[in-house]
Amino acid sequence: MLKVSDLTVSIGPDDAPIDLVSGVSFLIEKGEILGLVGESGCGKSMTSLAVMGLLPRPGPRIRAGRVELDGADVRGLMPWQRVEIGHARVAMIFQEPMTSLNPVLRVGDQIAEAVRVHDRVSGSAALVRARELLEMVRIPDAGMQLSAFPHQLSGGMRQRVMIAVALACRPQVLIADEPTTALDVTVQYQILGLLRELCNALEMAMLFITHDMGVIAQLADRVAVMYAGRIVETAPVRTLFDAPGHPYTRGLMACMPIRGVGQQRLKSIPGQAPQPDGVPVGCKFAPRCSEVRQSCRMASPPRLQVGPGHEALCAFPITDGRPL
Amino acid sequence: MSAPPILAVHDLRTSFAVRRAGRKVHVQAVDGVSLTLAAGEVLGIVGESGCGKTTVGRTIMRLAHADSGRVMFDGADVIGARGADLKSLRLGIRMVFQDPYASLNPRRSIGDSVAEAGDINRAFASRGERTRRVAETLAAVGLDPAFATRFPHELSGGQRQRVGIARAILPAPSIVIADEPVSALDVSVQAQVLNLLADLREKLGLSMLFISHDLGVIGHVSDRVAVMYMGRIVETADTRSILEAPMHPYTLALMAAVPKPDPTLRIARALETGEPPSQFGRPVGCAYAPRCPLASDRCRVEAPLLRPLGARMVACHNVGT
Repeated sequence: MLKVSDLTVSIGPDDAPIDLVSGVSFLIEKGEILGLVGESGCGKSMTSLAVMGLLPRPGPRIRAGRVELDGADVRGLMPWQRVEIGHARVAMIFQEPMTSLNPVLRVGDQIAEAVRVHDRVSGSAALVRARELLEMVRIPDAGMQLSAFPHQLSGGMRQRVMIAVALACRPQVLIADEPTTALDVTVQYQILGLLRELCNALEMAMLFITHDMGVIAQLADRVAVMYAGRIVETAPVRTLFDAPGHPYTRGLMACMPIRGVGQQRLKSIPGQAPQPDGVPVGCKFAPRCSEVRQSCRMASPPRLQVGPGHEALCAFPITDGRPL
Repeated sequence: MSAPPILAVHDLRTSFAVRRAGRKVHVQAVDGVSLTLAAGEVLGIVGESGCGKTTVGRTIMRLAHADSGRVMFDGADVIGARGADLKSLRLGIRMVFQDPYASLNPRRSIGDSVAEAGDINRAFASRGERTRRVAETLAAVGLDPAFATRFPHELSGGQRQRVGIARAILPAPSIVIADEPVSALDVSVQAQVLNLLADLREKLGLSMLFISHDLGVIGHVSDRVAVMYMGRIVETADTRSILEAPMHPYTLALMAAVPKPDPTLRIARALETGEPPSQFGRPVGCAYAPRCPLASDRCRVEAPLLRPLGARMVACHNVGT
């Protein structure tokens, strides 16, 4: 459904570009949730903006690669240009719903507006559809809430409204950039469940971006782990948690405080992620890696097949004795 | 808990008057909280946003005004303290804030920020001593003493939070109130800061009030946990009991919602567990009743009191009877 190949996003002059996202490739099927996980600054949001055609201008630009939506290349097209050529069925939701909603418009009108961008229907028909969408995202009293302003809703309800706006174009692909990070866990749990259900019911592909491995484990079908602008590991979710191949993935899992552990020390990854302009030669993770060898600092690591559907960008992936 | 508590809070109430739709509304942020903190103990306070956990910390620090109640720190009254007493009290109880970007003055050097508590209280005998104490404190939180001449914008989030901790421990406090100290940090950095807090606790014999919405983090650092809902404590027990055998229906719901790093526990469909309550207007009876699967008629008229149940305290009509 969504195929991204070799995507590279850069800033700076053409003769000396600084890559923020470097050679990112992934594929998401109908009804599938791909979790894109990484720490702040790793390029996960930049990837999603590039796919969506929402890179800020002037600034970062797509220097190489393809973004294919249902077979058509939409790379570099802004969302409204996609509407014109009929390949606009990608929607996006963001972390903070209050900044994405217009504070002086009633939520019903905001959803109806999104409906009318994509469908030529009357205003009243759009409002009817807006109400259906609010029901779809399980907002109680949908009819009443059409006339509410965003500030009258709780954070969780606002995020539901954002999802309703996103669904207005009947998307084939939904990109969710940390949609639950600002919410309480109890509300997060409900929103995650809602997203899972919508993906199944509407056969929608979803790119779910988060920094939270716990959220990934409970929601994603497949996972891509990002570090310093590159995808360093992809695997089905079970495989990733049972047998992480990349030392960075393993490090991320080890430093999570898991309940019931008590007073033990947490393992942490020493140092911090490199700045995009100062990425070291060779493997970008080498300075922080527990398994680093001399050759890692010299040459870029290969993308190795660790198992079925499981790849790691590492010359010496952890296999726990299993042959590669 | 045979040792006398270093901090004892009794029936603390804090309220705010806020303007809403042009009218003044009264918000009871903390509504009768009692807790104790033993020397060397870490008490975790957990709850959803708006439950009053931050206000408890701020009221103890005297950053928010208490309506009523008592706070005793090492035998001294906190709520009524004035002038010099209040000053010295604020050297004994220190606070670490959530946002390491907002809590440091961007125009002051790291050294000046760290030394602030000492400067205000004229604790340094000479410039040389000041420089030495700042360097020692920075080293204690794992930063290069050369950072003293740098400014906040030159530091990463993790480094800034270390500075925030350095500011707190410079006057050698007995209690640190840490309000969401790692919530703004990436997991790998979060682990470094949590380890640092554990080290400092051991080395300096600190007692801590650790406020967080994250049960994973709370479970990792705390000896005991208090769960707050709408300004009241609904359950308190040792950490293991809370995590492994929660009793209050709210604690249960909170535990169930924590994202667990285990792909066999997948979210399959939408579940409705209700929204966090509005702070305006507390329902009669149990505040959790509107969301509670166990709620009975009694819950809707009679507010449950926090009562002992074995080694723990629970405020619920429907458990342990």
